[in-house]
Amino acid sequence: MKVVHTDCLVIGGGLTGLRIAIAVRRRGHDALVLSLVPAKRSHSAAAQGGMQASLANVVKGQGDNEDVHFQDTVRGGDWGADQQVVRMFAHTAPKAVRELASWGVPWSRVRPGAREVMINGEQVTLNERDATRGLLAQRDFGGTKNWRTCYVSDGTGHAMLYAVGDRALAEGVPVHERVEALALIHDEGRCHGVIARELATGEIVAYVARATAITTGGAGRLYRVTTNAVICEGIGHALALETGVATLGNMEAVQFHPTAIFPAGLLVTEGCRGDGGLLRDADGHRFMPDYEPEKRELASRDVVARRMEEHIHRGKGSHTRFGEHLWLDITLLGRAHIERNLREVKEICQYFLGIDPATEWVPVRPAQHYTMGGVRTDASGQSRTLTGLFAAGEASCWDLHGFNRLGGNSVAETVVGGMLVGEFIADFCEHPENDLAYSEALIRRFGQREQNAIDALLASEGTEDANALRISMQEVMSDKVGIFRTGEALAEAVEELQRLLQRSRNIGLRYKSRGANPELEAAYRTRRMLKLALCVAAGALARTESRGAHFREDYPRRDDAHWLRRTLASWPHPDASMPTLDYEPLDVTSMELPPGWRGYGARDQIAHPDTETRQSEVDALRAHYASDGHYAAQAACMPFDHLLPARYRGRNARIEDTGP
Amino acid sequence: MSGNPDPRQLSISVLRYHPQAPEDPPRLQTYEVEEAEGMTLYLALTEIREIQDASLQFDFVCRAGICGSCAMLIDGRPGLACRTLTATLSPRITLAPLPVFELIADLSVNTGKWMRAMSERLGTWVHYREEADLDTLEARMDPDLAEHIYELDRCIECGCCVAACGTARMRDDFVGAVGVNKIARFRLDPRDARDDGDFYELVGDDNGIFGCMSLLACDDVCPKNLPLRTQLAFIRRRLARQGWR
Ligand SMILES: Cc1cc2nc3c(=O)[nH]c(=O)nc-3n(C[C@H](O)[C@H](O)[C@H](O)COP(=O)(O)OP(=O)(O)OC[C@H]3O[C@@H](n4cnc5c(N)ncnc54)[C@H](O)[C@@H]3O)c2cc1C
Repeated sequence: MKVVHTDCLVIGGGLTGLRIAIAVRRRGHDALVLSLVPAKRSHSAAAQGGMQASLANVVKGQGDNEDVHFQDTVRGGDWGADQQVVRMFAHTAPKAVRELASWGVPWSRVRPGAREVMINGEQVTLNERDATRGLLAQRDFGGTKNWRTCYVSDGTGHAMLYAVGDRALAEGVPVHERVEALALIHDEGRCHGVIARELATGEIVAYVARATAITTGGAGRLYRVTTNAVICEGIGHALALETGVATLGNMEAVQFHPTAIFPAGLLVTEGCRGDGGLLRDADGHRFMPDYEPEKRELASRDVVARRMEEHIHRGKGSHTRFGEHLWLDITLLGRAHIERNLREVKEICQYFLGIDPATEWVPVRPAQHYTMGGVRTDASGQSRTLTGLFAAGEASCWDLHGFNRLGGNSVAETVVGGMLVGEFIADFCEHPENDLAYSEALIRRFGQREQNAIDALLASEGTEDANALRISMQEVMSDKVGIFRTGEALAEAVEELQRLLQRSRNIGLRYKSRGANPELEAAYRTRRMLKLALCVAAGALARTESRGAHFREDYPRRDDAHWLRRTLASWPHPDASMPTLDYEPLDVTSMELPPGWRGYGARDQIAHPDTETRQSEVDALRAHYASDGHYAAQAACMPFDHLLPARYRGRNARIEDTGP
Repeated sequence: MSGNPDPRQLSISVLRYHPQAPEDPPRLQTYEVEEAEGMTLYLALTEIREIQDASLQFDFVCRAGICGSCAMLIDGRPGLACRTLTATLSPRITLAPLPVFELIADLSVNTGKWMRAMSERLGTWVHYREEADLDTLEARMDPDLAEHIYELDRCIECGCCVAACGTARMRDDFVGAVGVNKIARFRLDPRDARDDGDFYELVGDDNGIFGCMSLLACDDVCPKNLPLRTQLAFIRRRLARQGWR
């Protein structure tokens, strides 16, 4: 077996993985990236609408700063997030977007003077200030108080990924493309790298490293209808889960995006609504203000997606032979705006629907979009149970998003996470106690195990078809573990998934090649995906409350008294048919923003007993430090500076000093 | 799936060859598929692989026309398979891998390796003058210029322009319209410290801009409608001027 050594092994060549590799290289260590596909084809390229960073350049962003970004994010996540992590993130996002600007991302820029925009269905004239000429522009996105989302037309992810991908080339980061990580190598609570398979040849290779980072993106393909790419199968999550040692956090927190094209599931960006687009029903009625008078189309995604489904249940959807849907109307934005700022949307409508969104409405219905759950780590991105294993980006749960991610916060998380976790990994590599110390026998044992598993699949006389099992899993997940959940349906889902897992042990292949073999890949991936699906379903069944994107019809209230805690799933025994669920409490007494109403959606949460006390403490601290400025008050409520790498502690400049 | 009472029967012929199994010579294999409403080549090929032939190889990632993975010859013309509706084609469809690029198997080619080599050779990144201070305001840029750069930055490195290019088929080291477009993009970018002299060093020869025979098939096939024709002509004029110096 070929063995490759490096300091930091990064599994995943999306925005997160590339940014980590750059950080590690810049600190003088080797980094090596593995990716299923050429790095620039990673799913980060598909992000359209933009990246949140509180620059406050446009007039509608005036007054924005880290405080507001922090609060929006915590509220958006329905108080499930780790607030210190949210602080680290909100603080670093402006640096990240500015770094990308210097690396060549052609961010859309402010044009001073009057411009017409659509806000809440009405034409409004905004006057951009001369002082902001040529600075980065921001657009509106859901769940945010100010306009904060920086964008490159609606090709933001593409432009970011190309800039970061090319920077990685410039810094000599090797990317091994078409290589799939199959299993983490570990013993005694220490991770040593992975066993991987070259997809074009089938060769098994060991990658041995001091630090290993999982940056494999989301797991949308657990569902039938998803905006995610076909490679977003959650294999990185499964790598951690199958160690039996590392844990996955909040896997039941799954985001459904309101505006996926019906029925194909391709995304049209939230920027459509941010820029003034409206949702309409079969009668052409704009229904969101009826449900959500405060934020209308721009409440958080979980809320809008639920309202849409609710409206369809009331018989207000348009009928087609594939089912029902609603309409997204961006005609009011005008052709010029669409052709400048929503070009990908226009292309997608043109190619896949044969319509022109400047004159026709787009058929939409919510679809799976984002995996809030992920490999559980501390604020430095390291697993608490498996030393040397790091995770960042969508695959991770350091817990920035809680139970619902805000639009624009994810690509921001990829680069911020990359910058921060990259520094922490470099620190880790510099500690002598983290030098590589492993036995070759261990590497051989893990390599042999994976090779045996593949050989067994190829030799199997099994009767089950991997693709059929995967499709059944996706049906179960979409039908029973979707936007609206009940105990009954979830229990059925768990049972059905367990049966599918059982059956997946009896997969047989029609095509027996040891080399490139898509059926073989489907087989070993489906087994892993079923385990993940069980983590989602079991976590959702156990969580008898509604929080963010996790909505239980039988427990519709957010229950802070019992459920202000994070689900931790692990899979200690490979042959088990259920994950083990543990819980980690969130500490209200140290929160900067104690639980309350989000500003949209339901108001009937069950309070945590400590909330009131903590709220008065925070109020008192704020009053006490009022004259010392926001920074002092913030630090008194919940210090986080010490968690940041020293190089990223500086304050962020803005055109006006609206800093906290 | 299809509610159409009389769906078309598609005959999809795929040029098949696995370089790893050279004992099987290249061959055209035909699959019969019932057309469904809204069917794309992505959906058709996936169905073929899931139901009829587990060994068929192709590359799809985003399946939304964004990532550039699935370029292939569709009835002889380079295009993105994922966003090609079968309804826009005749019922007899022929699919072949993109030429020029290293064949992995069947419809899968190694565009990634080619693009990486091109990028390394041309230095397709901003050669900035100094590291930015991340705590201060970003450098300003004219909004129109930013849009103009984005226009050229939209390239998804799918390889269609290279596959359609007469020069690329003859010269292994030709940078293709994709490469020239990148030069145009970085040339436009005030953050990049390189000047025309530097760009001339990179593409001022027959493997660069002067290898282009102006057949301009690249411009016709670009799935992102990049202004390749204009850029090729522009860069040729600019760099020819350099050459006279
Ligand atoms: C259609 C769409 C639009 C979006 N728009 C926005 C937006 O406007 N704003 C926003 O903030 N967010 C948006 N998001 C979310 C955001 O794009 C993603 O969450 C983010 O880009 C994920 O980046 P990542 O680096 O974590 O993973 P990815 O970019 O998905 O990269 C994952 C990498 O891991 C590799 N990989 C996976 N498994 C393995 C394995 N087993 N072995 C080796 N390599 C592996 C893959 O090859 C890939 O390189 C959008 C998402 C979608 C689906």
